[in-house]
Amino acid sequence: MTERPTSTELVEAVREFLLNDVMNSPDKRMAFQARVAANVLGIVERELQQGAENEHLEHDRLVALLGHEGDLDDLRAELATAIRSGDYGGDRTELLATLKLTALESLEIANPKYANPEPS
Amino acid sequence: MSKITPNALESVVARSYGPTQVTNLKRVTGGASRETWLFDSTSADTTEHRLVLRRDPAPSIGATGRETEFELLAAVRRAGVPVPQVRLLLETADGLGSGFIMDRIEGETIPRKLLRDEMFTTVRPQLTAQFGSIAAQIHAVPVSSLPKLKVETARTQLDQWTEILDMFREPHPALEFGLQWMRERVPPESEPPRLVHGDFRNGNFMVGPEGVRCVLDWELAHLGDPIEDLGWLCARAWRFGVNRVVGGFGDVSDLLDAYEAASGTRPRTEDLQFWIALATHKWAVMCLIQTFTHIRGAVRSVELAAIGRRVVENEWDLLNLIDGTW
Repeated sequence: MTERPTSTELVEAVREFLLNDVMNSPDKRMAFQARVAANVLGIVERELQQGAENEHLEHDRLVALLGHEGDLDDLRAELATAIRSGDYGGDRTELLATLKLTALESLEIANPKYANPEPS
Repeated sequence: MSKITPNALESVVARSYGPTQVTNLKRVTGGASRETWLFDSTSADTTEHRLVLRRDPAPSIGATGRETEFELLAAVRRAGVPVPQVRLLLETADGLGSGFIMDRIEGETIPRKLLRDEMFTTVRPQLTAQFGSIAAQIHAVPVSSLPKLKVETARTQLDQWTEILDMFREPHPALEFGLQWMRERVPPESEPPRLVHGDFRNGNFMVGPEGVRCVLDWELAHLGDPIEDLGWLCARAWRFGVNRVVGGFGDVSDLLDAYEAASGTRPRTEDLQFWIALATHKWAVMCLIQTFTHIRGAVRSVELAAIGRRVVENEWDLLNLIDGTW
């Protein structure tokens, strides 16, 4: 069973402290750093919720691309090396689509607004 | 090296203007490797000069020396490029390090203000075309009139940034995909190589309500492919949240139209696409450099740590660019 508050809830509490208290500091540099720190904790909260699922999805995509099992870090390194050396023989369009999906999922954690900027 | 004081500056400025009184000396932030100081100098006959001192506390890697920048600014100004008039080069005997003094041009450089403040509403739609014609002016400066600058081509830059990426020993399939895509599309080399500003972007334009007053920050100037400047200008990092390709101000067609009108040559879209891709790749690697400064402990900072999670923003932009979405 999960103890309350969960790690997500604890991180959220610290993020709210930064946003509501530290960010009101008259020290502008401190206020700025607090905003950055709060954003970082936002990343951590989203990663706690979605990170495992994202890794799972990326892993399965890499297995499909490379045609064999392996752990995520190894598969990622293998793909990077194969692209660099020119040995990646698969379909480029498929590779591009796959890389975009993985980047989009990372963005949903790192900066959810980035992929869908507001129109000018 | 002595401290910058009104007295120290008075004896330097005297070489050009005779005995003067230096007032309103203040250091401005911005520019990590160099110092910028603003001051006024009043001569005995009450003539006032509004000046800027640019100085290096220590030499920085990849940037030109201050003497070179001084000569470069003088040369491009003679060729009609809007830059501040340089006045004085610091000498060893001044004991103030390496630097120079130039005229101060007033205006706004801060991207978010230029993109959003009401004061610039009228001029905003014209800035893209101005960037295009100023770029053309820079690229037309006769290379024979310039101090010696490094040649940095598309190929040397690809090699250099690949090497930097490899220092981090982190697999980034998206960046590899971008590198491979770029290697297959290296534009034909500009022959002979031309003057490239090297940091031609929103943030380095001094703008007034009537338009661009001058182009600043020439320390990354080199010889190479002029389209590099247009690609850098169009990188998403310089749009500051406004979804328009050219620094958040306008569209590629406006930029290319103005560039063509001023230079007689229309850059090929695929070459521009290549240079935006390389700019985006550089951004990704710069994020890695910054975050590893934190991870490896040289400077511990939450800000640097956070930048590591921005690598993927650039990967996303790079992949989209390759896919045809600028």
